[in-house]
Amino acid sequence: MKLDSLIPAPLRKPAKPGASNGAAKGPAPADLKTAPAERPSDAQRLGDRAKDAPADVLAWVDQRTAASGFLTGMLYRKVPKGTNWFYTLGSATLIAFVSQAITGVFLAMFYTPSATQAYASIAHINNDVFLGQLVHGMHKWGSSVMVILVFLHMGRTFFFGAYKYPRELNWVIGVVLLILTMTMAFTGYLLPFDQRSFWASVVGININGTGPVVGPYLSDFLRAGPELGATTLSRFYAIHMLLVPGAIIALIGAHMYLVVKLGTTAPPWLKADKPKVAASVSQLDAGVEGNGAAPPNGASAS
Amino acid sequence: MTRRRAFTVAVQGIGGIAGAAIVLPAVGFAVAPIFHRGKERWEAVGPVGDFVEDTYRQVIFTETEGIGDAGKTTAYVRKSSKQLDEKPNEIVAVSNRCAHLGCPVRFVEAAGNFICPCHGGVYDFQGKRIGGPPVRPLDHFQARVRDGQVELGPRYSVTSQLEPVRARDPGEFTGGVWEYLYPPRPSTFPPPSG
Repeated sequence: MKLDSLIPAPLRKPAKPGASNGAAKGPAPADLKTAPAERPSDAQRLGDRAKDAPADVLAWVDQRTAASGFLTGMLYRKVPKGTNWFYTLGSATLIAFVSQAITGVFLAMFYTPSATQAYASIAHINNDVFLGQLVHGMHKWGSSVMVILVFLHMGRTFFFGAYKYPRELNWVIGVVLLILTMTMAFTGYLLPFDQRSFWASVVGININGTGPVVGPYLSDFLRAGPELGATTLSRFYAIHMLLVPGAIIALIGAHMYLVVKLGTTAPPWLKADKPKVAASVSQLDAGVEGNGAAPPNGASAS
Repeated sequence: MTRRRAFTVAVQGIGGIAGAAIVLPAVGFAVAPIFHRGKERWEAVGPVGDFVEDTYRQVIFTETEGIGDAGKTTAYVRKSSKQLDEKPNEIVAVSNRCAHLGCPVRFVEAAGNFICPCHGGVYDFQGKRIGGPPVRPLDHFQARVRDGQVELGPRYSVTSQLEPVRARDPGEFTGGVWEYLYPPRPSTFPPPSG
């Protein structure tokens, strides 16, 4: 059985314009007197029904959501010639984020955001919990991977000129996502609450405090007081696992909506094809003088 | 104004009030610590006889309560020096928090200087900057003597002339126009007078 028959009709890849849609009539039976095919047994009919079940379920959902139009538009969208591996950096960043989200959820099951217990709970994850060191390591190293991928993705967008009209807004959203990613990396660094993360956060907050006029108040806001203390940790934890992830998910949605809506750019070294359909005005004029009906591709003029 | 318009305005207004009733308390809750000043805290760090004029003695005491060892801080304490034209019979307590980015500085006896391990900040015997990236002298702690014991209190910062000002975070200049560019935070204590 062809896989295509499992997919409900609206979700199938649309036929190319002009091509037959596969609904060609079969030849009429040569001899109408031959006996009709044997009636299928109950088991056969049940089998056929079972084969149709996945398609039926999808069709049921599609009838109620009309999602197929959106899905076909997204999945079968046109991609420019010359698309290459550099275009996968955005998806790679997304995968890195999903990995951080999944490992983060499971780390939160064992982590205690308290100044007196945070260090011990991380030690417990690393030393006692089954695969704890692996999940913690994925989250820890994955954060660096995500930051690196974000910058590579940004560099690709810049050097390929993919930030230009009409994609400026997507660049702006991307910059906000960059800042949020750095916020995640910064707030996450404090959570193990060891000497390294404590002093790195002290230095980071003090750098932030050197901004004139508002800097000192921002520092107090981040620390929840004049000194880095117990409430700083819970504050960073809330920002790290509730506030910023929500904003990142929402902005990734907007980012990807615009990517699908506007399409990707061709690499800058690719020259645009000469238009095949539209002919120049002079050629059209030349075609008009005969019978008044210009051939669409101006072939008669040359 | 049409009836339709009046209803539109009213519904949007009520929606705005309902939204504000949820958002404003939450924001206030989050920013309240900026305006909150904790209780003044004094801790005895040793008898007066332990401290001399010509060198520092390192003491460790609790600056932030509730977070165990992480809340402790180090001060270098001595008696005020006649040779340096300081007011007599006072206790000088210099914080070890570098005025650059907050790393812990160390008093090096042989050099008579405070030296920061992170980015090479150097301070003289009184805590004035003499080299490296720091933007002002080392912070001080208020100090007093009770029942023969030296007690250390809230932190305060100083200008380049060692005049006391309210505590600033590392990296923030003090004195002159900087007092307005890096305004004193409500969460810090007033500096000792004089």
